[in-house]
Amino acid sequence: MDLLHRIGVPLAAILIFLALWEGIVWWNGWPNYKMASPSDLPPAYARYWQLFLTMGWQTLWRTVAGLGLAVVFGTLLGMVMGFSRTARDGLYPLLVGFNAIPKATLVPVLALIFIGQHDFNTVLMAFLISFFPIAVSVGIGLSTLEPEYRDILRSLGASKLTIFWKIALPKTLPEFFGALKVSVTLAFIGTNLVEIVSPHGRGLGALFKSGETNGDYPLMFAVLIALAFLGILLYYAVVALERIFAGWAERPQH
Amino acid sequence: MPDLIDIRGVSHAYRTPAGPLPVLEDLNISVPEATFCAVVGPSGCGKSTLTRLVAGLMKPDRGEVWLHGERVTSPRRTVGMAFQNPVLLEWRTILENVILPLEIVAPRMPRKDRVERAMALLEMVGLRGFEAKRPSQLSGGMRQRASLCRAIVHRPDVLIMDEPFGALDNFTREDLWQTMRDLRAAEPFTCVLITHDLRESVFLGDQVIVLSGRPASTQFILNVGLPADRRIDVLYTPEATDMLHLLRDQIRIAQGREETVAGGAAPRDGQAAPARDRTSPALSPRDGGAR
Repeated sequence: MDLLHRIGVPLAAILIFLALWEGIVWWNGWPNYKMASPSDLPPAYARYWQLFLTMGWQTLWRTVAGLGLAVVFGTLLGMVMGFSRTARDGLYPLLVGFNAIPKATLVPVLALIFIGQHDFNTVLMAFLISFFPIAVSVGIGLSTLEPEYRDILRSLGASKLTIFWKIALPKTLPEFFGALKVSVTLAFIGTNLVEIVSPHGRGLGALFKSGETNGDYPLMFAVLIALAFLGILLYYAVVALERIFAGWAERPQH
Repeated sequence: MPDLIDIRGVSHAYRTPAGPLPVLEDLNISVPEATFCAVVGPSGCGKSTLTRLVAGLMKPDRGEVWLHGERVTSPRRTVGMAFQNPVLLEWRTILENVILPLEIVAPRMPRKDRVERAMALLEMVGLRGFEAKRPSQLSGGMRQRASLCRAIVHRPDVLIMDEPFGALDNFTREDLWQTMRDLRAAEPFTCVLITHDLRESVFLGDQVIVLSGRPASTQFILNVGLPADRRIDVLYTPEATDMLHLLRDQIRIAQGREETVAGGAAPRDGQAAPARDRTSPALSPRDGGAR
């Protein structure tokens, strides 16, 4: 019953969504060079499945690599901001300003600095776009730690590192995972931005671009669905990690 | 023998944007070994600052804090702390929470011994069978019991408590007073309890110290003089009632509402006045100059 509920309900929602999509296209009588319908997608996947596998893999690994960088850098930055008021006051406006810049404007900048290094540029963009939520939430999590939590260990002469390891870090984990869920989708946007905008790109973004160039609408929509699938995959990977490392924060539901 | 805790002429002020805010002014407190010192005083008079000073978490501007004949300048492992908020770690079970101080103080202690020690304490406070639960699965009173176990698991010389029972309902609170009494009977430690509850201070304390309003200094010391194995009934004896009256009057003075009492403007205040004048061998006057 529980398993049926957990898998059946989302599956039904997806099927209803696809049916509505198909219905709208059919109702309006749109040809597939105007708007593809779900029934156009299987032929597109069948025709290009090898491209989807190689391009999908490229998009996936570069996104995960960028996300990994974002986790490391974001956590470190968050620690600095969480422990030092001066760092917090100094870095916040800079960070907010940087986050406000549309990342598309950075693509030509990166392309010029690291010319020809497509993989590196893509990973860098995925990282740049996704570290902000992690840094902010870790910073807030650490700076709002109630002083009593620190005092129970400090009064025993524990070092700052011990306090961080035993209390501050685990206590911040729920916030960290909340931010990571946001960052996962952001990282995908970063990867695809570079893949679509930069010439002779690779990955699903480039496949999308080639579909656009050739007026192959079913291919373009097939790429979008593939991207959504990868996004869901990574998101649930984060949820699984959260269950393992911060499952204690889940309240039993009555 | 020197007193275990000796606070000598301590003054402290916090720096605020509006200038220094003095919270303690020439405070003197001595607590003999294995006795229980309850500290009461008006709200915001610097009682919590006192706990942080004794724990070595901060240094006073002036004056000295001595523990066991040694001057306190930094945190010491021989101190245990409990707060109004039980501050249990949500990601640990109750047992692992109680063990936490041992991980810091006795990193080489075998796991088996740690568990044994923690379980013995949990048994004593009536939490046997709950050791595998998470803090969120326990009631407020049970969480506070676990917090007490954690505070003394490493056998500290001194237990410092900052209103540990303040957020509990009356019945739970009285239960915990008795738990506290039993814990002290089982393993003697010196206790400093900050509280707002006068009944609590008389039931648990060997001496009750009344702090004056901010900046706080020692205004009055009451030697309770009741046997260690008290029962809750003791609070309903005339002796305890007199002490409660006296403490209450002292709190009024500390709050700066002395005039209304002394002036006798209201008849109800007049009734309370005689208790203040009574001299009993159990009561000692303020010993501000004692060194």
